Amino acid sequence: MTIQAQAASLSLLNVSYDPTRELYADYNKAFEAHYKQVAGDTVTVKASHGGSGKQARTVLDGAPADVVTLGISADIDELATAGLVNKDWQKRLPDNATPYTSTIVLLVRKGNPKGIKDWNDLAKPGISVVTPNPKTSAGARWNYLAAWLYALKQPGGNEQKAQDFVKAIYKNVGVLDSGARGATTTFVERGIGDVLIAWENEALLSVKDLGPDKFDIVVPSSSILTEPPVAIVDKNVDKHGTRKAAEAYLQWLYPPQGQEIAAKHFYRPRSPEIAKKYESQYPKLKLYTVDADLGGWTKTQAKHFADGGIFDQIYTKK
Amino acid sequence: MSTALFPMWRKPSALPGFGLTMGYTVAYLSLVVLVPLLMVFIKASSLDWASFVAAVSSPRVLASYRLTFGISLAAATLNAFFGFILAWVLVRYTFPGKRFVDALIDLPFALPTSVAGIVLAAIYAPNGWIGRWFEPLGIKIAFTPLGIFVALTFIGLPFVVRTLQPVLEEFEREQEEAAACLGATRWQTLRHVILPAVLPALLTGFALAFARAVGEYGSVIFIAGNIPMVSEITSLLIITKLEQYDFAGAAALAVVMLLISFVLLLLINTLQWWLQRRHSGRRASGA
Repeated sequence: MTIQAQAASLSLLNVSYDPTRELYADYNKAFEAHYKQVAGDTVTVKASHGGSGKQARTVLDGAPADVVTLGISADIDELATAGLVNKDWQKRLPDNATPYTSTIVLLVRKGNPKGIKDWNDLAKPGISVVTPNPKTSAGARWNYLAAWLYALKQPGGNEQKAQDFVKAIYKNVGVLDSGARGATTTFVERGIGDVLIAWENEALLSVKDLGPDKFDIVVPSSSILTEPPVAIVDKNVDKHGTRKAAEAYLQWLYPPQGQEIAAKHFYRPRSPEIAKKYESQYPKLKLYTVDADLGGWTKTQAKHFADGGIFDQIYTKK
Repeated sequence: MSTALFPMWRKPSALPGFGLTMGYTVAYLSLVVLVPLLMVFIKASSLDWASFVAAVSSPRVLASYRLTFGISLAAATLNAFFGFILAWVLVRYTFPGKRFVDALIDLPFALPTSVAGIVLAAIYAPNGWIGRWFEPLGIKIAFTPLGIFVALTFIGLPFVVRTLQPVLEEFEREQEEAAACLGATRWQTLRHVILPAVLPALLTGFALAFARAVGEYGSVIFIAGNIPMVSEITSLLIITKLEQYDFAGAAALAVVMLLISFVLLLLINTLQWWLQRRHSGRRASGA
């Protein structure tokens, strides 16, 4: 009784991106039980979800996030620039602070009526593609880069050809939602489009939730290794006195228990042991990375997604 | 001299309290309206002139102005037309369920706009209740500029009906009867008697519906498709800039929106004032 009276009661806010809703709903419950056991403290974790860029901005504007688990490192870098997160955030946790990964695949309607096999089918006239806006959605940036890298790495591929290629794909896009979940809704619920470019975990979830009789997953010949990062919001945890719990929250994503939860929600675990266990869930395909194949996020962000960058050009240049 | 220049300062009222209420009005308006608007200008002014012009006049931004203002005008016009009919029916006739219809008009006011957007997108999507009837005809509503038009019409409707209703209620039926007695056809009565009397209120309703449409965001993004150069509204561009941490650029667009809206509203108000003066002048001389 006395021990309980001394134990602190904390609450943590995890500001996350769109398709992690189910993952963190599950993880938070498991973590609350785990933390009670190891530290004796009662911790309640709340999660907020939305497009990654939008979520980062709410934290920037003062949302009291203790941790952020976003779609791309560029969004956390922005918080670091503003002094909310320490500059060395990506070094504080293993694997560049990305405890789980995913990739980008193609979701098509059952039986694949348009015969979509690979990225080049998306650029063909008459195919309707659904993908969110790379300006506001981290997932959409990964989608775009996966297509870009496919074209770039073709025999005889170069930047001009890659640009023409993504331009042809975006010509086939009829709806640009602001976040990945919105795009899934457009494709799944509204019946728009022949193919949805989606996070692998989101595609697997759609198939699982809506029944395998409605959609098929098409695995392209190559894609990109998506690395959604996590970080403590240093300024806020110091203010809230939640640093210890917040650190434990993120660290627990790495041991087998945390990795198992990530894998159950179709994220690719970092731990080789858990990855082996869930091997059959993840198709094998050539995966490029932003660091090795595009020279890092800072460069990629400026070149492709800044105002007047290549993404803007494919819409405004005739 | 100064009282002649500013007639509104003359003899406020026999009742005391002018100083207090005027002071309150100015303070309240400043806190709630002027200061926030001023911040937009201050944020935008952190850009130098060249980058301001670049931010507000790129082809994609210009396309969004055309779309936003064009469709807002079209939607407000449609609302003025059907809003007039609705107000007329509600004022002039009694029918079962009239109170219910009357209450229904206000729903677009009360509904969160994002809910309106999601509902409209679901209904007008190619597989939705209404959209499926248009799909075979080759008409796509949701995710095209037509969808934006539907959303802006939806949210603007109450403005016209609610501004017209009191005016129509006050309008004396005898004037129509007099016109009829003098041999006017129904069309002439409508044109020369009814329309001039209600036109200022109609314009007010139109202006309100238009202003609301220009600033609308929630209901539009769900149904718009949001394709740059095609179905991207200016508010979305502002949000996009904010999400890219470009606060000054977003404020610059907001300033342009504010200025265009202000000029348009000023024009509509002037027109309304002119019509009112002309109409009352004619009635006075006619009597």
